[in-house]
Amino acid sequence: MEIYLDHAATTWVYPEVAETVKNIMCTDFGNPSSMHQKGVEAERLLKESTKKIAGILKCQEKEIFFTSGGTESNNWALIGAAQAAKRRGNRIITSKIEHASVSAPLEFLKNEGFEIIKIGVDKNGLLNLEELKEAVNEDTILVSVMMVNNEIGSVQNIKEISSIIKQINPEVIFHVDAIQGFGKYKINPKQMGIDLMSVSGHKIHAPKGTGFLYISGKVRILPYIYGGGQQNGMRSGTDNVPGIVALAQAAEIMYDNLSENVSHMRNLKERLIKGLDSIDGVVINGASDGSGAPHIVNASFTGIRSEVMLHTLEDKKIYVSAGSACSSHKRAASPTLTAIGCDKGMTESAIRFSFCEKTTEDEIDRTIEVLKEVVPVLRRYTRH
Amino acid sequence: MFHAFLIKYAEIGIKGKNRYLFEDALVREIERALKKVDGNFKVTKEMGRIYVNVEGEYDYDDTIEALQRVFGISGICPVVIVQDTGFEDLKKEVVDYVGKVYPGSTQTFKMCSRRARKNYPLDSMELNAELGAAILETYPEMSVDVHDPEISITVEVRQRIYIYSKIIPGPGGMPVGTSGKAMLLLSGGIDSPVAGYMISKRGVVIEAVYFHAPPYTSERAKDKVVDLAKKVARYSGPIRLRIVNFTEIQLAIYDNCPHDELTIIMRRYMMKIAERFAEESGCHGLITGESIGQVASQTMQSLACTNEVCSLPVFRPLIAFDKQDIIDIANKIDTYETSVLPYEDCCTIFVAKHPVTKPSLKKIKNSEKRLTGIIEEMLDRAVETAEIIEVDE
Repeated sequence: MEIYLDHAATTWVYPEVAETVKNIMCTDFGNPSSMHQKGVEAERLLKESTKKIAGILKCQEKEIFFTSGGTESNNWALIGAAQAAKRRGNRIITSKIEHASVSAPLEFLKNEGFEIIKIGVDKNGLLNLEELKEAVNEDTILVSVMMVNNEIGSVQNIKEISSIIKQINPEVIFHVDAIQGFGKYKINPKQMGIDLMSVSGHKIHAPKGTGFLYISGKVRILPYIYGGGQQNGMRSGTDNVPGIVALAQAAEIMYDNLSENVSHMRNLKERLIKGLDSIDGVVINGASDGSGAPHIVNASFTGIRSEVMLHTLEDKKIYVSAGSACSSHKRAASPTLTAIGCDKGMTESAIRFSFCEKTTEDEIDRTIEVLKEVVPVLRRYTRH
Repeated sequence: MFHAFLIKYAEIGIKGKNRYLFEDALVREIERALKKVDGNFKVTKEMGRIYVNVEGEYDYDDTIEALQRVFGISGICPVVIVQDTGFEDLKKEVVDYVGKVYPGSTQTFKMCSRRARKNYPLDSMELNAELGAAILETYPEMSVDVHDPEISITVEVRQRIYIYSKIIPGPGGMPVGTSGKAMLLLSGGIDSPVAGYMISKRGVVIEAVYFHAPPYTSERAKDKVVDLAKKVARYSGPIRLRIVNFTEIQLAIYDNCPHDELTIIMRRYMMKIAERFAEESGCHGLITGESIGQVASQTMQSLACTNEVCSLPVFRPLIAFDKQDIIDIANKIDTYETSVLPYEDCCTIFVAKHPVTKPSLKKIKNSEKRLTGIIEEMLDRAVETAEIIEVDE
């Protein structure tokens, strides 16, 4: 039996969604930009999909722009907004626990001359709102905060953050990276004061290479990809019809079952934390009371390096993540874990478990059982 | 524009009666290297020279790149071949050749004609004079210098006429397969692939062994070593790579021996295992990427301790190289970027904080005694369960 506990890295595609993709690829393969019947049909599919997503977010259809995924959405939002607003000011504010697809484009903007300020977080990974208040000023053009942290699952109070920012400077564009939040929380950008919001498809059982950026009708950002003028000239490139339709279908399934899914995963999370508590020398990183995102648990197994734990579990067909999967290309300590105050020993031994709604209690119990068996053995062989 | 390549080789020329063995090996290696290049190539040995002839369309850059990976080649001369349709035509061809290969040149040149076909109406002196005059007439900016020319244009009269001048440097060395076989201890690091490349350059066939320590080393670390072997195989030809599961032995050493001696003892067992494979497959020696003083396990004393377990010679081509020199070669053979990928290999996982730098053989042997009774079976198992991968570029 394979136990996949790395759903925050990526997850399987809903079979009915995969079926849709196949049909569109092989049968309804038209290009929405074509003038003939095939194109018209494809455009119709596109419109239906946009409508579904707009329905979920309670926003307007023209506020949804499809992209190649979370990384593109984040890059576009930040660079597009900074370029559009650069005459108004120079300061961009973010947190210390952002994903690389936010922190790397901000690094680029820093080299372009923008001032980047990173707000700290507490031990549970929640933004220091006092620090935020002090940072926002007349010169601030953009604030970017992730809704759910991909490593420790901390959930920011987006509505409150937005109102703090807008009270000080209503001109500020507020971007939210909701890649781990979409499909787990109800999100109403208008009510929550979100101007830009990034979403990825492959975290919600849609294929990789799909995603969108929500752009509030009230803000203006520059396009990032130029060409044939698709999506109102904001994001050129032949529309990825199978991907877009799949994304909308998966989102619909997720939100139709949102409350059951979430309560099931909350239950799994409690079960896993309880199990981990019964093993010596295991520390939960981030909120340990089960608050935070329902699908992410991060724990350090003191004295056992993450890589070794990961491969040991892999050997038992249990798949987890060391820190964040996207960071596995680099060997640097996780900035998120460092920001919440984990020391070197803790960051080097951190493992992330993440679920989906189909993860079972048995899988959690089996994981705990295996952990109890391997932890003492691994502790015997530690590096000096 | 070129129809053939004249292959120059340096050391093979002095091999006396064994010369044909070396030449045959070189022909074979050239054929192997050209197999993956687009074009219809024929490698021939004629009158003490090796030619690569090519018919029809081919990829010139890929051809040169492939030939530059064949050990034993010291130079590659692209050749234009023309039919003998009279001396006036030849003059035109030679002038044409100079115009194409050295457009707008103001360099000095010299003609060196050879008349392999002795019944050609002009002798080589006459050929030189006439052809040189024709070139000067067409390109007055060029001038003749017979002592120290910048360009030396050869015209060889055979059944057809061969024109060449440029020499593109080859890698040097000896054709693989002419100097026996050796077993390379390949890690994921920078040094060992370079060591393998260097020994292979002397004509040695390479086999390799990698020590894998799951779950302490990942599958990706193994893939990385396979990738490195592939890159070395671009030069050395196919490599038989053995992947040894070393975890059990490593843990046994950890459990029983002083921790500051872990690395030395571990390396001694690696050498033992490598030597068993070497003997099994008819290798004449082992190859390591060690370099004096690079790390604790490579001090003179440590090397002596490691060396002591084998009876086969251990070749350490990098022994006196500085790290930067090794990196330069790694870059040249394109292994560097793969080597620096951040996956741990089994040498780094159990390193003590303060490993011994001047181990005494007596003490090490004493420590190893604690493994007597269990280690023998483990070594057998490691050898028997090794996975074999045939690696080709």
